[in-house]
Amino acid sequence: MKTCEQCKSDTCKHIKWVKTETEDAPDSGEKHRGKHKRRVLLMGNPNVGKSVVFSRLTGVNVIASNYPGTTVEYTQGFLKVGDDITEVIDVPGTYSLEPACQAEEVALKMLKEVEPSGKNDTSEAGDLIINVVDATNLERNLHLTLDLLERNLPMVVALNMWDETKHRGIEIDVVKLEEYLGVPVIPTVALTGQGIKELVSKLPEASSPTIPVRNHDLKWTDIGRMTVDVQNITHRHHTIRDRVEEWSMKPWSGLLFAAVIIFLSFELIRFIGEGLIGYLFEPLFEDIYLPILMKLSGLLGSSGFLHDILIGKLIDGKIDFVQSFGLLSTGLFVPLGMVLPYIFSFYLILGFLEDWGYLPRLAVLVDTIMHRLGLHGYAILPMILGLGCNVPGAMATRVLESRRERFIAATLMSIAVPCMAQIAVIIGLVGQRGGIYVAQVFLTLFLLWIVLGLVLRRVIKGISPELLVEIPPYHIPYWSALLKKLWIRLSGFLREAIPLVLIGVLLVNILYTLKIIDFLARLAGPFLTTLWGVPDSVISALLIGFLRKDVAVGMLEPLGLTTKQLVISCTVLTVYFPCIATFAVLIRELGVKDMFKSALLMILTAIIVGFLLNMIL
Amino acid sequence: MALPLSQMKTGQKGVVIQIAGGRGLNSRLAALGIRIGHEVTKVSSMLMAGPVVVKVGNTEIALGFGMAQKIIVEVNE
Repeated sequence: MKTCEQCKSDTCKHIKWVKTETEDAPDSGEKHRGKHKRRVLLMGNPNVGKSVVFSRLTGVNVIASNYPGTTVEYTQGFLKVGDDITEVIDVPGTYSLEPACQAEEVALKMLKEVEPSGKNDTSEAGDLIINVVDATNLERNLHLTLDLLERNLPMVVALNMWDETKHRGIEIDVVKLEEYLGVPVIPTVALTGQGIKELVSKLPEASSPTIPVRNHDLKWTDIGRMTVDVQNITHRHHTIRDRVEEWSMKPWSGLLFAAVIIFLSFELIRFIGEGLIGYLFEPLFEDIYLPILMKLSGLLGSSGFLHDILIGKLIDGKIDFVQSFGLLSTGLFVPLGMVLPYIFSFYLILGFLEDWGYLPRLAVLVDTIMHRLGLHGYAILPMILGLGCNVPGAMATRVLESRRERFIAATLMSIAVPCMAQIAVIIGLVGQRGGIYVAQVFLTLFLLWIVLGLVLRRVIKGISPELLVEIPPYHIPYWSALLKKLWIRLSGFLREAIPLVLIGVLLVNILYTLKIIDFLARLAGPFLTTLWGVPDSVISALLIGFLRKDVAVGMLEPLGLTTKQLVISCTVLTVYFPCIATFAVLIRELGVKDMFKSALLMILTAIIVGFLLNMIL
Repeated sequence: MALPLSQMKTGQKGVVIQIAGGRGLNSRLAALGIRIGHEVTKVSSMLMAGPVVVKVGNTEIALGFGMAQKIIVEVNE
């Protein structure tokens, strides 16, 4: 029995990217094929509505995985026609088969894995390609189509965004295009589902015509001729959408537009997140889960080693989900009861912004400043997400291409971007002493973000690649594709974050029981208190901050700090280390080695900033 | 008049006559529709040598200032 390359398990649902002919026993080979049937690869340029076509073709059972050895994610699902189940793979969008970035490399690799190896008869394997083409950008899209045809795999072309062609004054002769390409061409509007049934029914007719392999220039010449022949463009009037598109891309109005969009997104994220916590998660935990846990606590004798590991310390004879620190109490409550609702609302809004087509515009608007910090336009994503919750922010660092950029972005975000919950508590607490002090905290963080970025850009070798990005027209998102994406992301978060948080809580628990944390606090305490000019009691807040930063800030309230001490404590608390959930995600995204360096930077920065503030204020 | 894409005025149209870059840049730009002989319209440019946005056919493309300097266009007055 062959095991999966990705997760080393026999029973996983990952695609086996192992060529079937390498199977040695004939029966196991058959079993392999019998289980996975044939594969359909959805391929096309970015922004052609490929994911919506995918969503239309597949059912609820979709899985997102990282392509082995990369941070590139792809999704797979299943198409059922009668009793026949076909695997559908949404290949990352690519402009050509000459990879220019990691996602395009992955696309090429995936294509190669279904390619006939010569002796293998293609019709038997039954793998085929659906080439999704943006009908409003025929010429550019056809380049990939011709590239794909050269690969001798059965193919059909979905001429997507068919409805858009009318608005844009484009007429395409589908029959003529079919003749040119030698494969079925089906006009589709994935957004409404128009043409999808026909697309599915045409799959058996997928063909692989023999076409000459041409060089670049010749190919473009051919495409030019072809498009002139099949396409007829008439003039059209500007629509409101055109104006909004134009307006949101001009420097000044664009920034204003961005500010409004970001503000509205945050309000919505907070509203949905808080609503979920207040009406769903808190009642679930407090009214249903807590009594069960209290019984278990009683059974375990309310104390002792096992009790402390599983349930944690009782606070006033009761379990406190935030402070008890047991695996079953805090370990489950933090990821599920406090983070999940925000992750849900984040991904919902983020998915909307993505499908609407706004994110590339935002990246372009902020590209200049991001480059000064050694990053590039898309790095705004982890920063903005981080402002809501550092966990999705850390996850979003994967949109960045190079290890250097991921490191800088993750470090900057962890150090200088406080999460929404923390911002709220800081404003509430420091705000009592006057708005100017709140400004001191956030201004320090902002300056830190800039200065640290400038420094890291110089210290870490490498360049930030220049921006080159297509700006898609605005589209109304298709809710089903949106929900599918949301589900994929949420299940990914649950699968990955919960074990990590549990391990973290267990670790802290053990360190606590062994008095190592006490030891560290006593060791570092005098040094830090002198340096920062804050009392000992602040150090214990720092320890709690590892779990929940907002709670830690709240803990400062009864300490009777002076305003200066409060400002320093709040700033240091933000900077010194990410919370445990963020930490866990960062380890996954950066790797242990880079995370260690990043963490070192955080601690160092906290020490220095605390000291400087102590001197200056 | 020939000038780099980065120096075009907003709204100005021009035909690409030269891309002063390697094969890699050429084919990346070609894949997005920026090729010699094709017409581009400048949509906008960000402040402080930020990215330049152009329209090619029905597609809008943003490219870094450095890249925009390498693309030479012929602008008709």
